[in-house]
Amino acid sequence: MDLQVVLFTLFAIGAIVSALFTVTRKNPVSSAMSLVAHFFMLTGLYLTLQAQFVAAVQVLVYAGAIMVLVVFVIMLLNVGREAQQTGPRTLRTTITVVSAAIIAVMIASVLLSKPTGYNTLHERAATMGNTSSIGKTLFTEYIFPFEAVSLLLLAALIGAVVLAKRHVKETES
Amino acid sequence: MMPTHIPLDYYLILSAVLFVIGVVGVVTRRNAIIIFMSLELMLNAVNLSMVAFSSYLGDIAGQMFVFFIMAVAAAEAAVGLAIVLALFRNKQTVYVDEINIMKW
Repeated sequence: MDLQVVLFTLFAIGAIVSALFTVTRKNPVSSAMSLVAHFFMLTGLYLTLQAQFVAAVQVLVYAGAIMVLVVFVIMLLNVGREAQQTGPRTLRTTITVVSAAIIAVMIASVLLSKPTGYNTLHERAATMGNTSSIGKTLFTEYIFPFEAVSLLLLAALIGAVVLAKRHVKETES
Repeated sequence: MMPTHIPLDYYLILSAVLFVIGVVGVVTRRNAIIIFMSLELMLNAVNLSMVAFSSYLGDIAGQMFVFFIMAVAAAEAAVGLAIVLALFRNKQTVYVDEINIMKW
C-alpha cells in the first residue's frame, strides 16, 4: 500500500474533524485551537502533494501569525461562551435548511461529475514545490504581483493601526 | 479495500467538504471572531484544491496563487480583527445579531 494513501486518509479525516470542531465549539478559544490543529492537518496534506514550501508557509503564516492575532483579540475582548441563540426560530430553521441544500448540491456535483483522470502526481511535482523552484518563478514571472502584495500589506498595516487606535479626545487646557 | 493511489478527485471532494463546513460556520454562528475563523476555513479549502491541481497537472502557477492568497488572508486578518476590536469598543458586543447600526 502506498504511503500517500495512508497519509491522505489520516490527514483528511483529521482536517474534517478539526474543521467541524472549529465551527461547532461554543468557546472561541476551543475554536481557535481546533483551527490551529486544522492548519497542521492541511500542512500534512500539502506534504502529500509534495508542496514543501507551501506547507512551511502554511505553518508560519496561518498557525503562527494569523492564529496568534486571533487569540490575542479573543484575550483582549474577553468573550466567554456563546449564549443561546436568541433570534427567531423560523430564521434559524431557514438558515439550516439553506446550508444543508448547499452541502447537498456541492457534494452531489463533485460526486456526479466525470472523474478527472489525473490519478498520480505529475513527475514534475517532486522538484516543483521546493524553495528554489518557487523562488525562481516568484522573482521572474510573478515579480509584479509580488510587489503589488507588498503594497497591499502596507495598506493593511496602516488600516489596522488606524482602525484599532483608541481615539483620544484632544483636551486643550 | 483501500485504493493503491489517490486520484485528484479525492482532494477536490475533501476541499468541497471543508469549504461547506466553512460556509455553515459563517451563516450559523453569531460570534464575529468565529465567523472570521470560518472564513479562514473557506480560504484554506480553496488553497488545498489549488495545490492539488498544481501538483497533479505539473504547473507551478497554482502554488503561486496560494502564496498570494495567503498574503491577502494575512492582510484581511489584520484589518478584520481591527474592525472587530473597534466594534467591541463602541458596542460592547461581538455578536453580529446585536449590531444593527446600519439598519433603518
